[in-house]
Amino acid sequence: MGSTIIVNDLRKHYGQVRAVDGVSFSVEEGEFFGILGPNGAGKTTTLEIVEGLREADSGTVEVLGMRPWPRNAKLLTRIGVQLQATSFFERLTAREQIRTFASLYGVAPKKADDMLGQVGLEDKADTPAERLSGGQGQRLSIACALVHDPDIVFLDEPSAALDPQARRNLWDLLRQINESGRTVVLTTHYMDEAESLCDRVAIMDDGRILELGPPASLVRGLESVTRISLETGTLSVESAAEIAGPGASVDDDGVSVTIGTDDPARVLTALAERNLLTGIQVRGATLEDVFLNLTGREYRA
Amino acid sequence: MTAFTSLSRAMLLGWFRDRSALFFSILFPLMFLVLFGGIFSDMGTSKMAVIQVGKVPLLEQSAAGLGDVLEIQKSDDPAAAREKVRQGDVVAAISQQGDALQVSYSAADQVRSGTVQGVLRQVVAQANAVGVPQRFTMTAQQVEDDSLKAIQYVTPGLLSWAVAMGAAFGAAATLVTWREKRILRRLRLAPVALGSVVGARVGVSVAIALIQTAIFLVVASLPFFGLRLSAYWWMAIPLVVAGTLTFMAIGLVAGGLAKSAEAASGIANLIVLPMAFLSGSFIPLDAAPGWLQTLSNVFPLKHLNQGLLDVMVRGQGPLSVLPELGIVLAFGLVISLIAMKVFRWDSV
Repeated sequence: MGSTIIVNDLRKHYGQVRAVDGVSFSVEEGEFFGILGPNGAGKTTTLEIVEGLREADSGTVEVLGMRPWPRNAKLLTRIGVQLQATSFFERLTAREQIRTFASLYGVAPKKADDMLGQVGLEDKADTPAERLSGGQGQRLSIACALVHDPDIVFLDEPSAALDPQARRNLWDLLRQINESGRTVVLTTHYMDEAESLCDRVAIMDDGRILELGPPASLVRGLESVTRISLETGTLSVESAAEIAGPGASVDDDGVSVTIGTDDPARVLTALAERNLLTGIQVRGATLEDVFLNLTGREYRA
Repeated sequence: MTAFTSLSRAMLLGWFRDRSALFFSILFPLMFLVLFGGIFSDMGTSKMAVIQVGKVPLLEQSAAGLGDVLEIQKSDDPAAAREKVRQGDVVAAISQQGDALQVSYSAADQVRSGTVQGVLRQVVAQANAVGVPQRFTMTAQQVEDDSLKAIQYVTPGLLSWAVAMGAAFGAAATLVTWREKRILRRLRLAPVALGSVVGARVGVSVAIALIQTAIFLVVASLPFFGLRLSAYWWMAIPLVVAGTLTFMAIGLVAGGLAKSAEAASGIANLIVLPMAFLSGSFIPLDAAPGWLQTLSNVFPLKHLNQGLLDVMVRGQGPLSVLPELGIVLAFGLVISLIAMKVFRWDSV
């Protein structure tokens, strides 16, 4: 397995603002790669340079062994791009949209219709794109990105502005795409999305990559606390502090008593002995904690 | 399907399904045609007023019968009488010199002036029937110096305005909405030559302009309006195509400068509408002050107007409009260069 994308010391600034400030990473073939960070971190600019929409000030990008800038038609047939906003031709139905995109790549209408079925939109084929729901629109735009069977798929914040159910559906679709052997690169500002989908994730802030690795090992590498919560009243704050021992924190917000500890096994055993495990919640560190740890500030999408 | 045909198809479908675009490029100009070309020519009243200037023995002889059809006013001032005709207060002014009857009428009121002339011809014919050889003759003369009937003038002017508006708005709106909706970026990421995208847009605009032209000519040629095309009217086609290209370029400049689709159509309107007035699309420039006539030469629409008038109704030969065609295309070229300067792929 070789690297399909190699990015080396990428820089791009707009006036005084350094949107991308020395970014390097590589993406393996068949990998699900995420770029995670708050708005304005430089994710989208990085992605646009890799796709070939913008020229970098310095640094090199290689995609499938080719340079994306200047515009390279040979590369364009092998990458599929779904853009941040849903980019559709006005007043065309879902079927007309995808057939138009298909023909831009020389793909037959039949295959376009199949792709519409694959994203579960066959019953919306005759609906104008403007009247699709957010989730349907997003699925249509992903179908348009996949219609020419690309090796690499770029997705820019695909689940932005979707309701939770539509997000889950979309995640299933994205996993399928990746399981079919395609390399997927996605930007997101949702921690849970990166954690749930990505093989590896690059955490970006202020134009730099702060950390890069599989989400689980990023979280594991973090010396952070596990939070154990019980319903308020089942355990007094005093006895909770006693169980937790020194070095742990105890907090009661009136709904639940939360114990923060770096030794969850001992605390859980003690709670089990007192038969207090009913309704208990245990939350390990998340990418949010990784971000907090790296930047010293709370993660805000 | 190639990229060119599928993009053209997408744009045409989008246009046909856009009711406001259809309204503004087809129905709105047709409403003006009805207003300008129709209203003046169809005001049926029971009695038609004419002015008798000086003594007209012929009228007085048969006044008894004529009273049912004509309301005869009397005047001794030929100039004032002609002015009244021009204003539309009366249908015709009639005078007699010796045996010759002279009728002045206005082109603005085709139907009634035609009726009056018919009535008077009968009067002359009756008078002639009495004695041989025929004594009386009649000549009819339009009070306007221009020899064109209203519809003849109105059609080419409104057509050039409609084509200009359709092309400028189409180009401006497409550019801005495609940029706002990021379709431009999406196309840039597809293996499509820029030429196909531009070519498709140009092709669609030209097709729309030719549809407008066809509808216009058919409607204006209905008996109700009575447009008579001259022999070389088909030379209007290259003129319409050239005008479309030029006004598309103006639309692209507007679209390049504007941040939203609303602003783009506002800018296009701000350019095209005053230009239409100053170029004589609505009102003939012949009566305008000299400086305005000179100024109008800086507008491509003026030359488009001129060319369309020449070939559609003035009956000039096909080669006579080549200068206008060249001027319109030259404007298009210059404006296209400006459009390329202000073109942006992205709204950011």
